[in-house]
Amino acid sequence: MVREITIGQYYDEESVIHRLDPRVKLVATLVYIVAIFVVDSIAGYALVALFLAACIMLSKVPVKYIVKGLKPVMIILLLTVVFNMLLTPGETLFKFGIINISKEGLKAGSTMALRLILLITGSSLMTLTTTPNNLTDGMEKLLNPLKYIKVPVHEIAMMMSIALRFIPILLEETDIIMKAQMARGADFESGNIFKRAKAMVPLLVPLFVSAFRRANDLAMAMEARCYRGGDGRTKMKPLKYLRRDYIAYAIIWLFLAGCIVLRILL
Amino acid sequence: MGIIKTEKLSYEYIRRDDEGNVSGVTRAVDDVSIDVTQGEFIAILGHNGSGKSTLAKHINAILTPSEGEIWVDGINTAEAARIWDVRQKAGMVFQNPDNQIIGQLVEEDVGFGPENLGVPTDQIWERVEESLKLLGMLEYSKHSPNKLSGGQKQRVSIAGVLAMHPKCIIFDEPTAMLDPHGRREVVRAARALNDVEKITIVLITHYMEETIYADRLFVMDHGRIAMEGTPKEIFSQVEKLEELRLGVPQATKVAYELKKAGMPIPDGILTRQELREALKACL
Amino acid sequence: MSMTLEHVNCIYSADTNHSVHALKDICLTIGDGEFIGLIGHTGCGKSTLVQHLNGLISPTDGHIYYNGEDINAKDFNRKELRGNVGLVFQYPEHQLFENDVFADVCFGPKNLGLDKKEVELRAYEALHSVGFPDEEFYSSPFELSGGQKRRVAIAGVLAMKPKILILDEPTAGLDPQGREDILELISDLHRNENMTIILVSHSMDDVADYAERLIVMDHGSILYDDVPQEVFKNVRELERMGLAVPEVTYIMRSLKRNGYEVDDTITKIDDAVEQILKLWSEK
Repeated sequence: MVREITIGQYYDEESVIHRLDPRVKLVATLVYIVAIFVVDSIAGYALVALFLAACIMLSKVPVKYIVKGLKPVMIILLLTVVFNMLLTPGETLFKFGIINISKEGLKAGSTMALRLILLITGSSLMTLTTTPNNLTDGMEKLLNPLKYIKVPVHEIAMMMSIALRFIPILLEETDIIMKAQMARGADFESGNIFKRAKAMVPLLVPLFVSAFRRANDLAMAMEARCYRGGDGRTKMKPLKYLRRDYIAYAIIWLFLAGCIVLRILL
Repeated sequence: MGIIKTEKLSYEYIRRDDEGNVSGVTRAVDDVSIDVTQGEFIAILGHNGSGKSTLAKHINAILTPSEGEIWVDGINTAEAARIWDVRQKAGMVFQNPDNQIIGQLVEEDVGFGPENLGVPTDQIWERVEESLKLLGMLEYSKHSPNKLSGGQKQRVSIAGVLAMHPKCIIFDEPTAMLDPHGRREVVRAARALNDVEKITIVLITHYMEETIYADRLFVMDHGRIAMEGTPKEIFSQVEKLEELRLGVPQATKVAYELKKAGMPIPDGILTRQELREALKACL
Repeated sequence: MSMTLEHVNCIYSADTNHSVHALKDICLTIGDGEFIGLIGHTGCGKSTLVQHLNGLISPTDGHIYYNGEDINAKDFNRKELRGNVGLVFQYPEHQLFENDVFADVCFGPKNLGLDKKEVELRAYEALHSVGFPDEEFYSSPFELSGGQKRRVAIAGVLAMKPKILILDEPTAGLDPQGREDILELISDLHRNENMTIILVSHSMDDVADYAERLIVMDHGSILYDDVPQEVFKNVRELERMGLAVPEVTYIMRSLKRNGYEVDDTITKIDDAVEQILKLWSEK
């Protein structure tokens, strides 16, 4: 059930995008998000969409896989569009009873939908092409300057990578505990919201107990292997910029510049 | 002095109630003195709660004694400044295969220890490859640990310890959660490291079949060393083992029953091959 | 009162490229009061099979009948089925969640919609039948020893008064004494309450002493379904699957190979001793 959500799950493939330094991809994603909110014309959106399409093609991730990943967020997307349509005042297009759809509302709704789709697809492309570990490494390196204002950058990155490693294990465990309680007659599916919330107790308590036990074991195992924080630690896979990374940086900044120019001109 | 030496080592768990007052004291390890020579294969046998895991955690300086002392390669583990030296020299493999793998790829997990030790990058790769090769896991180096079997996960954990170049590896019930096939994989790996790499092995287990290859065997009960000797010496004492609620391997049990009934069977039979030879001689 | 499986198939992630055919055309009848050992190595489909028996998983194809009724039919009462077919998962102590032992054991019968008096009576009886001491009824389940926790978890299923009790690896992770205690307990339930037992295990030694019928699974199919003596004749095949026969069977086989007149299908130590002694006295 839970395991069917594929949005942003790493898709193994050999491509230029996959091989890029994770720092480049992180920065590029940020720049891309800024670009989405910079453009405001059809030409602008076309440029952003074109850029995204080019990246997807280079990444060799099948479009079908990306679209499948979008399904779970569809409802949120639809709700945003509908609310925007209904709640923006302006010149009336249609009117059914108290429901009033304005021209401005339609425009605001569709712009919002377009932006969200571009945003979600773009950022999920990053996680689709970067292993979680690579991603945390990149983040650790990018945020490194924050160390000087006492932000525990290494610890945050380590926490994220441990969390990522244990997600599949805990999901499987959830599945087993759920079945075990169902074998004892538990019912997770019927009743009103309060009843259902109460029915979660036999699932959540064991899950917490188990998570704490695992945390305890893992901490001991890490200490036994001489883990003592980030200081004095070397890296098995240190991040190094290559030529393709500099080129990618150049392209992404050019892209942002293009978006700004379009905004000013049109 | 051997690689591991304890003298009158005791450890007490102190339970506290809600106000922080001492509500009870459990003496988990009680007056244990052992001396392990470099290159030995030691097994510690005992049922749950006998104190064997608590003792093991002292060798890696996860716990320090309440009373008495322990030295690992000549270092007193109570010396806080040298704790990381102790942990590098005495690596530890734990029971639950899932809860000791940190990396998201097999190779990253094996590299975790050397990274912590500050080993230069190119040497980390050498150590990772060498360790995985020794454990027969090299072909899985790019795999996610979640997809491996229990025995394979434990082999990855052993490789992770091996990559730190320890002198001694403590196995704390590494087979308790595995199926028979996985159990064999792990015991075979431990024996190979002892034979080929001359690494001192301390194997803690409650499966007696796994202890018959050890050079020396300790049986623990209520925190104390109840029996000590070669597996042959220990398993000759069937009655005492049963009294300690441990039982013996099936071949040993059959030999013991036959002997009790009057057959001239030698003491200390451990494997079915030995029993077969003994039976041939007297039938 | 019986359970019948007709051509049951189960395919996980059916329409993807990583689909797994976990059960292949399983046909099986489980009669009243049987003691069945279900054996196979990790991943052979045995856990999937038992989860079909109480409707936790529905077959991709095929039918399962309990007392002649299709358990996957729309109007079939699943909850009642789960009361009649009790399933104890692997490491069942991981599902304990209440503040005290007694409340946890009440969870199952309470879900069956029984009145409070009946619920408590059943919980009391269940805790008694697993030999759990009265004075610990109101202690927290999280503070018990491993063996005690497991008893409580088994009591939690027994309190539903199942006609068929399925236990998935009930001895995993326990020490020899704990293993024996649990197996004795299961055997008592079978003998005294005439409960149908399905014991799932990858350890031959566990089931050989107790089961009257052995079902061996491999790659999602049933390979053997017979009395233990007959199944253990297939030593080669069993070894190929990573399942050894009991140690005593090996001993008797080697005697027979050497020309002695013995029964090489023996699985119990006492029987083996008796036969060898007979040989010796005839000499």
